[in-house]
This record gives sequence, C-alpha cells and structure tokens, in this order.
Amino acid sequence: MEMTEMKEDHRTFSIALTFCIMFIFWVLLSAWTVYLPEPYDLSKVSRGILAALIVTFLTYEIFVPGKGEKVLLKTRRFIPYVGWELWQIYLATVDVAKRVFGILEVDPQIIEFDTTLRSDFALVTFANSITLTPGTITIDVEPERGRYIVHAIAKGPAESLTVDQTMQKKVGYVFMEE
Amino acid sequence: MLAIDVISTIFLAAGSLIMITGTVGLLKFPDFYTRMHATGKCDTLGQILIIMGCMIYEGFTFITIKLLLVSAFYLLAGPASTHALMKAAYVTGLPVWKKGDKRM
Repeated sequence: MEMTEMKEDHRTFSIALTFCIMFIFWVLLSAWTVYLPEPYDLSKVSRGILAALIVTFLTYEIFVPGKGEKVLLKTRRFIPYVGWELWQIYLATVDVAKRVFGILEVDPQIIEFDTTLRSDFALVTFANSITLTPGTITIDVEPERGRYIVHAIAKGPAESLTVDQTMQKKVGYVFMEE
Repeated sequence: MLAIDVISTIFLAAGSLIMITGTVGLLKFPDFYTRMHATGKCDTLGQILIIMGCMIYEGFTFITIKLLLVSAFYLLAGPASTHALMKAAYVTGLPVWKKGDKRM
C-alpha cells in the first residue's frame, strides 16, 4: 500500500516539475518577445500551457529520473566536465587542421576496448565525448559489456583511449560507475 | 558600436576559416572514415565560433538564449549524426584505408 502511494507521489511530482520546466522554456523561447509586451490575453498564454501539457504527458516518465539516483551530485560533477570537453573540442580542431595541412600524419586504425560504463546516459556521453575529442570517432557501442569500437586517425589518439584512459576515468567519476 | 562590430567580425571570420579547413580536409583525405574526421570535428568548433559572433553582435537579448540553445543542440546532434554515418559505413563493410594504400 505504501509503495503505491509513494509511486503516486513521485508521479505527481514528476508531472508538476516537467510542466514547470516546459512552461518556463516556452516563455523564454516565444512568449517573452511576442506575447508579454502586449496587453495580457489568456487565449495567447493558454496556447503555451496547452503545448507544455502535451509535452509533459509525453515525456515526464523519462524526463525526471527515479529516486536515489543522486541527480544533484552528478549534475555538479558534470558541469566541470563540460568545460573540459569544450577545451578538447578546440584541441580536436587544431589536431584535424594539422593533419589536413600535412603537419601530422594520417594513419587510420580501428580499435576496440572495454569500459566499466553501463548506464545509457554514461554510454551516450562517453560516445559523444570520443567523437568530440582529438582524432577519434565512435563507430559502435555494445551496451552489455561497455565495449566501444572506435576509428582513430593515427596511433597517438588511439593510445590516449587504450593506454592513458583519461576520459574513461572522468566519465566514470561523473556518473559514479568506476 | 565599432568595437562590437570588430569583435563579432573576428569571431565570424575565425569560424568560417575553420569551416573552410574542414572542407579542404573533406576533399583531401583518402577515404570515407578520415573524411568524417575532417567534417565532424571542424564543424563543431566552427559553429560555436559563428554563433558566438552572432551573440556578440546581437547584444544580450532573448535571441542570445535561442542562439545558445542552437549551439548546445548542435553539440549533441553533431556527434550523433557523425556516429550514425560511421556505423552505417562500417556495418555495410566499407573497407578502411591503411597507410600506403591507394586513395579511395
């Protein structure tokens, strides 16, 4: 009995939270410049409420994660990771530009390696990070074993994934799956 | 407003230069996989710089938020589409260029 009540509570909370975020999003994107400077009109705002409601009922189950997932801690660890990732994007572009103009060699190879990551969000983040960092692109992921197939443009970038493993450790730290 | 014009022009020019580098790589690299390296990586930084140039030119308004969201969406969608193309090529068995092979 208590379990179902708790589930019901969580469901109401998810719907309310998703609706608030979606409505704020709508206000930021369209209402602020178009509707709010004009005189207040319920029919205009109601369009936003309707749109937010539709999106809420389609997505609240995946938008708000279950209890006990330490969302706040993960978010706090994720923000410095995004900063590091932007720096890596800059390095990746410089690296490709050097190979385009012939300063560094092009010697492609396909590598496979296993990681400790298992959850969907961690796998996707790591796959996108591989593509954004210098010289490597994800080809395929096997979620059961955390196995990645990666195309590396030269030996150096391939070794940074298989030998150094800086990025695995960082993603594992963010999602607590070391 | 001259300073803002100059700064935003510098950002737009840098972004365009990086996009051009990516295009040169697309034409120069030897096979499909390496070409995806050139386009997939240069586009990401190129669009960040171009959108930053637009944001600086526009000043701080609500359009800035929209531009920021466009940029953030590209950071998620760009690698995903690159990965989809790479996987499609790999699954259909496109051969991988090795050093010393003929250009494909």
